[in-house]
Amino acid sequence: MNNFSHTFSDIRVMTKRNLIKYRRVPQLLVFSTIQPVMFLLLFTYVFGGAIVTGTGTYINYLLPGILVQTVLFGAMQTGIGLVDDLSRGMIDRFRSLPMARSAVLAGRTITDVIRNLFVVILMTIVGLFIGFRIDHGIFNFLGAVALIALFGFAFSWVSATIGLAVKTPETAQVAGFIWVFPLAFGSSIFVPVSSMSSAIRAFAEHNPITYVVNTVRALTLGLPVGNNIWFALAWIAGIMIVFVPLAVNRYRSIS
Amino acid sequence: MANHPLISYVEEARGRGMSNKQIIDALTSAGWQTHDLTNIFLEHIEVSREPAIPESADSIVTVRNVSKIYNKTIKALDNVSLEVKRGSVTALLGPNGAGKTTLVRILTTLLTLEHGTARVAGFDIVRDAQELRSVIGLAGQYAAVDETLTGRENLEMVGRLYHLSVPTSRQRADELLHQFNLDEASDRVLKTYSGGMRRRLDLAASLVIRPQILFLDEPTTGLDPRGRFALWHVIRELVKDGTTVLLTTQYLEEADQLAHKIFVIDHGHIIAQGTADELKKQVGGDVLELHIADHGLIDETVRLITPFGSEAPRVDEDTNIITMPVSGGASILIDAVRELDSANIKINDIVLRRPSLDDVFMALTGHSAE
Repeated sequence: MNNFSHTFSDIRVMTKRNLIKYRRVPQLLVFSTIQPVMFLLLFTYVFGGAIVTGTGTYINYLLPGILVQTVLFGAMQTGIGLVDDLSRGMIDRFRSLPMARSAVLAGRTITDVIRNLFVVILMTIVGLFIGFRIDHGIFNFLGAVALIALFGFAFSWVSATIGLAVKTPETAQVAGFIWVFPLAFGSSIFVPVSSMSSAIRAFAEHNPITYVVNTVRALTLGLPVGNNIWFALAWIAGIMIVFVPLAVNRYRSIS
Repeated sequence: MANHPLISYVEEARGRGMSNKQIIDALTSAGWQTHDLTNIFLEHIEVSREPAIPESADSIVTVRNVSKIYNKTIKALDNVSLEVKRGSVTALLGPNGAGKTTLVRILTTLLTLEHGTARVAGFDIVRDAQELRSVIGLAGQYAAVDETLTGRENLEMVGRLYHLSVPTSRQRADELLHQFNLDEASDRVLKTYSGGMRRRLDLAASLVIRPQILFLDEPTTGLDPRGRFALWHVIRELVKDGTTVLLTTQYLEEADQLAHKIFVIDHGHIIAQGTADELKKQVGGDVLELHIADHGLIDETVRLITPFGSEAPRVDEDTNIITMPVSGGASILIDAVRELDSANIKINDIVLRRPSLDDVFMALTGHSAE
């Protein structure tokens, strides 16, 4: 028996199963795209005029932030999806099978990375229609997308941990917003951190989202990346080191 | 409780070679309630007397002194021991919250075992959990099948997760879809399936690897009588092919219909075990069931028939049906009819029948199973 290849195969089977759901219930994808597109339009055309960023047109400032926000909100789906399986008894079935203990979680988080990438590409296309430009090299842009995907993957594990702790889909939804909202708005997604009041600013400057957004923005605007990328990667690594074992442990001790 | 006067009495009586039945009869006639005796017997005497029985060759499940405590106080299972014979159907029968599901979840590795030991199909359920999972099948209380997949995709997925190859998973899915009469629905998404079809698919999913033992947790809960009947048929067919089944049910009729051996569970204890017939014999003899026309005459009827019974009659106020265990055979029926007739009580129906499992439950616990 080859444990490694079994684990790999289990994760693939689970990912395929989750992806089929998005194919058969396209509304899930449509709704997870409509919301960020609305944010994009709202901030570009309603608030954008009043926001001073010092980086040319606001759409070029905003889109990198919105892409990060999209995967952050998308990560909440990980917890909701797991709780959904839990409440339908699917997790019981999986736990009674000789499959790898990590495969249900890994399959779910990988699915959410794939879904995130799909939505990020769609958002970029919408952005291109309303003035966003990839002026600083396709590789810089792809690097930025890779960082966004990695960041979404890390937060999926946070979401999984919370989902498995709260155990009902409705609570998972609400519990998701509680931590996602302050993180999203207390960051450089929409406005420069330097414009915030001092207490919020201290929070925003150390917010992992700010580091990720700043890195992505630097890559797409052709600005120096600086230390942002190292802080971003350190945060991603730190989140995974804490939350992967927490989520797996939660999964194992489901009763 | 440990030095309850009854315990020493019972042990002394056993020493004199009295059977459990004789001891219980003696105690009952001395004024003890069946209910008290049941508790004493099960909690202290049976257990303390139980030697460490070696796992017998033909038993596929061996449970020894298993307890499960939730939140440090709630005893879902209290010192449960049992065995399941290979090739048999064994039922765990009890009301909601009795501990049946807890036991099945422990044996299928979904719940951790903290107190006691258990072996299933030769594997220690704690140490060899992963190996065990590859030889058992479980169909739980929900139909645990994926709504957005087709029937075939569901079975193929389970096959792959049992680490069967792609062609084997596919072939097995085909066989099972055919066996469970789902050929036509096999490529339809489950949203279009009826409740009964989902249950059948769920059962099929638990059989993908031809498990050595199949655990069915309340397999027919929520099904209409026709669906229930169809599922019983399926289970019987499986057993005919040699599958061992351990099922839980709160339906007395279901255990009676399907199981070779029944363990009656109440409040985390096994309070009785045996074949359906053996359990019925524990009630002692037959049951007189009597339906009278006039509700106002129930008390009078009870007074008149009580002398014929081996235990006090039980009255169902809603249906005017009186049931009473008797031990005298058919002549009692005639005596009772004569007595009631001379008192001018009109009888709609009177029968002498073998006890139902509900009567057993009543005799053992002092309360009805449902």
